[in-house]
Amino acid sequence: MPLKRKIRELQEKREQVLKGGGDKAIEKQVAMGKLTARERIISLLDEDSFNEYDLFVEHEARDFDMDKKTLHGDGVIIGTGTIYGAPICVFAQDFTVAGGSLGLMHSRKITKIMDHALKMRVPLVGINDSGGARIQEGVNSLAGYGEIFFRNTLNSGVIPQISVILGPCAGGAVYSPALTDFVFVVDKISKMFITGPEVIKTVLGEEISMEDLGGAKVHSEISGNAHFYATSEQECFDQIKKLITFIPWNNRQKAKAFEPKEPNPKFKIDKIVPGDPTLPYDVRNVIRAIVDDSDFFEIQELWATNIVIGFGRMAGRTIGFVANQPLVLAGVLDVDSSDKAARFIRFCDAFNIPIVTLVDLPGYLPGVDQEHAGVIRHGAKVLYAYSEATVPKITVIIRKAYGGGYIAMNSRHLRADFVFAWPGAEIAVMGPEGAANIIFRREINEAEDPEKVRYQKVKEYKDKFANPYVAAAKGYIDSVIEPGETRTLLLHAIEVSDNKAVSGPRKKHGIPPF
Amino acid sequence: MGTKKSSSGKTVTEFLNVDGTVYKTKLSPKFMNRAGWEKPDDKKLLSFIPGTVLKIYVKKGQKVKKGDKIMVLEAMKMQNKILIHRDGKIKNVYVKEGQNVPKGALMLEVI
Repeated sequence: MPLKRKIRELQEKREQVLKGGGDKAIEKQVAMGKLTARERIISLLDEDSFNEYDLFVEHEARDFDMDKKTLHGDGVIIGTGTIYGAPICVFAQDFTVAGGSLGLMHSRKITKIMDHALKMRVPLVGINDSGGARIQEGVNSLAGYGEIFFRNTLNSGVIPQISVILGPCAGGAVYSPALTDFVFVVDKISKMFITGPEVIKTVLGEEISMEDLGGAKVHSEISGNAHFYATSEQECFDQIKKLITFIPWNNRQKAKAFEPKEPNPKFKIDKIVPGDPTLPYDVRNVIRAIVDDSDFFEIQELWATNIVIGFGRMAGRTIGFVANQPLVLAGVLDVDSSDKAARFIRFCDAFNIPIVTLVDLPGYLPGVDQEHAGVIRHGAKVLYAYSEATVPKITVIIRKAYGGGYIAMNSRHLRADFVFAWPGAEIAVMGPEGAANIIFRREINEAEDPEKVRYQKVKEYKDKFANPYVAAAKGYIDSVIEPGETRTLLLHAIEVSDNKAVSGPRKKHGIPPF
Repeated sequence: MGTKKSSSGKTVTEFLNVDGTVYKTKLSPKFMNRAGWEKPDDKKLLSFIPGTVLKIYVKKGQKVKKGDKIMVLEAMKMQNKILIHRDGKIKNVYVKEGQNVPKGALMLEVI
């Protein structure tokens, strides 16, 4: 056969496979409001940067008449490309081919690209749209999942791993996204659960829709399994691209530096925070007043909103921000907010991103439900994550820093490199009211006018302890600063911490309170 | 899922259905006492934290727009502004200024 004809043959073969599950299945996919797997990859990556591999992979299943079926690419697309020039390994499950079900060869394509991402030390993006295990392939399908989960764990902390849920992702399949660093969901398209509504109905007799059980909103607002919520696939891809600009390719590098920019002058740092510590404000505006171009990229902005996490840049370099949010639940730490902050701190630490912590919290949330939900264990995650982190760690105490909350929020005692406090900072074991009631209990109870004495004693305690100077006198705080000086001092602190090197005792790994 | 009771009312066996197969087993107290899921009612405003109602800005029958400030709930020493989550009319206010409310208490209904 002349080469020309062989080339023609290749072109025909390619054309056939590129149709995926065929026109009918593609029509169905479009009718569900979804893009096809290849369209998704192309929308996500830089123009013309995608190269696909394993196009001609075929399954080897023989049972249940599977040998008579051709599944193009075995229901998954893998390849490499770039996002703003950064190399990316990507896979996308193709729902038009056997419902994107995961068989042995399907899983081998995924693990191939995962291994490649690890070897080349580049980020991995996985687009999930699958009905689950290919039941006809039995335990081979489970083996496939297991191999993926193992690699997710192996890659964790070496390369950034991103999961995009653009369809159903049910049963065991959800554990791959759960093991990755960032999960993206899209309204009305993403569905994640371990057991679906039908099983719940037969087993428990409870009726619930797929959307209410595991839709995009649920995972963004209630479960906390998702990190980014979008209303369309395109918006989702834009979020991923933006995230990629903030993070490094791997754990041996730093995130790419951008041109430094001043914050937008409309965010006036000395006007945002009320002097009265019982009045709320949006701490995100404090962050916007500090970061370059006032551009704060928030993560998990709908879940556990009493703490705020996300990326911003200072002097062009990526910084991870962790901040108590007085606007919600007075900014307390609780089960969910502890979990949210701790995981983010560990991501920043693994990927060489300095952490800036803004503190304004009255402590941990009291309550039977919190105690019974294990707030001790979850709250300890924050202490663990901060103590363990060796990236530059800088703290700014804005107002309240009481009790365990003070210690947990990257205090000097957990090895913060720099601790600054605004003049309105109150650093104490507990709020003045509670403290005065305990220390002066007898005097208050025995007084003729207990309320008057209580008021006096609260004031006494406030004057003595509700300020930053007691902590400053011990060197627990390095500087008491004016709000307007915050950005300048942070920029300096980050600059001088650039070559920070600390090392702890040798160990295989710690045992964080997961 | 379920229990079979003897005539004396004493629990003798318990069953759990997983993926269509029924298993004879023990059920944990946490499982037995779990609250069933209810679809949240968008028209009812429940307290999200125990606290004291400091101020109420709306009355029964008043029209409100999404984002309007309707009350201040003091909790954890913070004066939390409560904003209404939808357009509508206040059907009823169930709390008074100065009242202590537990978590999950019905504070207001909007139609």
